[in-house]
Amino acid sequence: MQPHLLEMRNIIKVYPNGVAANRNVDFSLREGEIHAVAGENGAGKSTLMKILFGMEEPSDGEIWLKGERVRFQTPQDAISKGIGMVHQHFMLVPSFTVAENMVLGMEPKKGLSIHVDEAVRMTKELSDKYQLAVDPKAKVESLSVGMKQKVEILKALLRGARILILDEPTAVLTPQETEELFKQLLTLKREGHTIVFISHKLKEVKAICDRITIMRAGTTAGVFDMADITEQEISRLMVGRDVVLKYEKDEVFFGPPVLKVEGLTYVNALGNKALNNIGLSVKAGEIVGIAGVEGNGQAELVKALTGGLEGSRSGKAMVNGSDIGQADMREIRGLGVSYVPEDRMSQGAAKEESISDNIISTRYRESAWNKGLFLKGKQIVKLAESLIEEFKVRCSGPAQPIGMLSGGNMQKVIVARECSTEPLLLIAEQPTRGVDIGAAQLVHKKLLEMRSRNCAILLISADLNEILELSDTLYVMYDGELVAEFDKPSEVTEEELGLYMLGLKKQERRGGHSDAEVL
Amino acid sequence: MDNFWGVIFSTDFAFSVLRVTTPILFAALGALISNKAGIINIGMEGTMLTGALAGVIVSAYTGSAWIGLLGAMASGIAISAVLAYFTLKIKTHIILGGIAINMFASGGTVFILYLISGDKGTSTSLQSKVLPNVHIPLLQDIPVLGPILSGHNVLTYLSLLAVAGVYYLLKRTPLGLQIRSVGENPQAAQSVGISVTRIQTIALLLSGFFASLGGAFMSMGYLSLFTRDMTAGRGWIAIAAEALGGGSTVGTFVASLIFGATNAMSNALQILKIPAELIGTFPYAATVVGLLVYAIAETRRRKKKNG
Repeated sequence: MQPHLLEMRNIIKVYPNGVAANRNVDFSLREGEIHAVAGENGAGKSTLMKILFGMEEPSDGEIWLKGERVRFQTPQDAISKGIGMVHQHFMLVPSFTVAENMVLGMEPKKGLSIHVDEAVRMTKELSDKYQLAVDPKAKVESLSVGMKQKVEILKALLRGARILILDEPTAVLTPQETEELFKQLLTLKREGHTIVFISHKLKEVKAICDRITIMRAGTTAGVFDMADITEQEISRLMVGRDVVLKYEKDEVFFGPPVLKVEGLTYVNALGNKALNNIGLSVKAGEIVGIAGVEGNGQAELVKALTGGLEGSRSGKAMVNGSDIGQADMREIRGLGVSYVPEDRMSQGAAKEESISDNIISTRYRESAWNKGLFLKGKQIVKLAESLIEEFKVRCSGPAQPIGMLSGGNMQKVIVARECSTEPLLLIAEQPTRGVDIGAAQLVHKKLLEMRSRNCAILLISADLNEILELSDTLYVMYDGELVAEFDKPSEVTEEELGLYMLGLKKQERRGGHSDAEVL
Repeated sequence: MDNFWGVIFSTDFAFSVLRVTTPILFAALGALISNKAGIINIGMEGTMLTGALAGVIVSAYTGSAWIGLLGAMASGIAISAVLAYFTLKIKTHIILGGIAINMFASGGTVFILYLISGDKGTSTSLQSKVLPNVHIPLLQDIPVLGPILSGHNVLTYLSLLAVAGVYYLLKRTPLGLQIRSVGENPQAAQSVGISVTRIQTIALLLSGFFASLGGAFMSMGYLSLFTRDMTAGRGWIAIAAEALGGGSTVGTFVASLIFGATNAMSNALQILKIPAELIGTFPYAATVVGLLVYAIAETRRRKKKNG
């Protein structure tokens, strides 16, 4: 057993809103290894790394570095102990040159001035040493993403990093850039650096890492030598349900398709296919679930269906036969579509405004709610009151600002708003993220009620419980594609789902999800 | 019309352009530094006014124009420190903070003036000093250039040196690099251990320092006394000049000169039979036109960039 370079013991992190992101997590690093940290979104890996880099303070637990207890209150503390981090969103100043970014905060001086030549030389020396070729005099804004990442790695090295944390470094890279990065990481390893590699791309993890810590639901699900574990086993440990929820589902006969998507393809600003030939349909009375690890195109798909996608795309999206490709959200709502957005704080609600104003915000233009210039105040309050009662929203009344409610109650108001317009199609994006169990169950029941009332529902969720139990048809999205389709989601095992979600398996040309079966 | 061009194409006019540009230029350089740090100091007008009064009072009591100038500088730094405390420390909105500084200075200077001199309008009863004019040997003997460039107030020369100084500060020094990084990507600055609050405080203090120099010029060079609201919108024009200059030192200098020229024009043309009220609107109209041109150019540039 090699001695540990770094140990994090019993790390607990509870945020002020009560969310426990880390629960008794243990994590250790051996000198000179590449160590993967894998886990689904929300498994707690980012929080753990933020604690290690001094961006968050743990609620409890200890960090030991080379046998010495350390406390990091700011990233500066971590940097001074030789820990560096390459963030997913680069911490670079676009208008500065590479060399200027390198030395920012530790500028070499000549008299009063920055010693520019020295900065260039330092950059050059380091980039030669680690074979991370960059042009010290190039402006950062003109660099490719891969180049920017190199600058970030060099920045950490220049500050003396011996332990380098890379937060999903390949998420923004092209396959060629990824390959190059791996070579560079191996070079760093040979030079004696220790690397923490956060990822949920198992092939990459397998290809380059020596050990892996798997996280699930805020705890450590296991630590393994890479040689001793298969991708399938990793996937099984990563993906799973903690508590199995069961719901009674009414027998519903599906109606005609309400939403039809055909050959939808979208290339994002990075030049990657965020959506690759997506085809699906949602029929009246059907809940179609889309499972997948976040960042595999779900957000783009929802944007494409809610008028939020910028740039060009090919393919079609139709609601009841009307093309919604160029429509904005108001026009789409006009077709009978409701939308529960993922981010209730910024997209779902106007935080400062009252519950009743938020409820009316999607329909105040209708004649039922206004008489010319003025809104029908009494009716609106009546509507709000009835929805508050129906959805058991805990609040002081319709006039209370929605931002003062707890997350769960806020979400109930949003779901109430979206369900109460009798939509033909409901797009629900992570409808129960971060809400308490009670609220989540209420939302689930409401979705099933909507289904019984013949509403077509597209459910996008990373919550396996939710997606497996509620969906009538389930798709798995990976890397911009629908890689699997299941007709009986409740019979799908988590293990199997995990293989698709993590890109280890892909159904061959799915059987054309034809609309013929409708009739 | 001949008269018009006669007035414009004279060495007197060119001389006066530099003279009236001085206070605008100082304040614009101040605005530039704080904007570069990502914090918009709209309290320039009030800071200038405070500097103008402080210079007069301190020079009157000490009998020295130079100590008066130091007093003006100290007042500018002090008032910016107050602004920094409120906006950076206890998180008042920067625009509200700036408005408060302006209103406080507008009323406060009259109040203090009345306390000290018993006069609510001007400081004529105070024996305040004026900073000297400098005649540059050799240069003053060169035809055309001599009368334009020589014989200015010492602060006018200082304002020109300040352009070079600010350019050097922002482009070449570690502090300048940090100021720009804080303005452009505060997270990046923070991630390498730069204190955003510290840098922004320094930038605000520097902006107050420069604004107060502009104020000191108003009461100890341009005029030889303090009158209420004597900065007459120059702080705002300076902010416009900074914006028009596109955030660069040289651009700020050129834009300040343009505003200075329109200002000088409104002074010079008063001898012609154009209504003084109309001429008086020149600098302000130029501000509006300048900002319009800037906004259009900026929009085009952005469109081009986005293809």
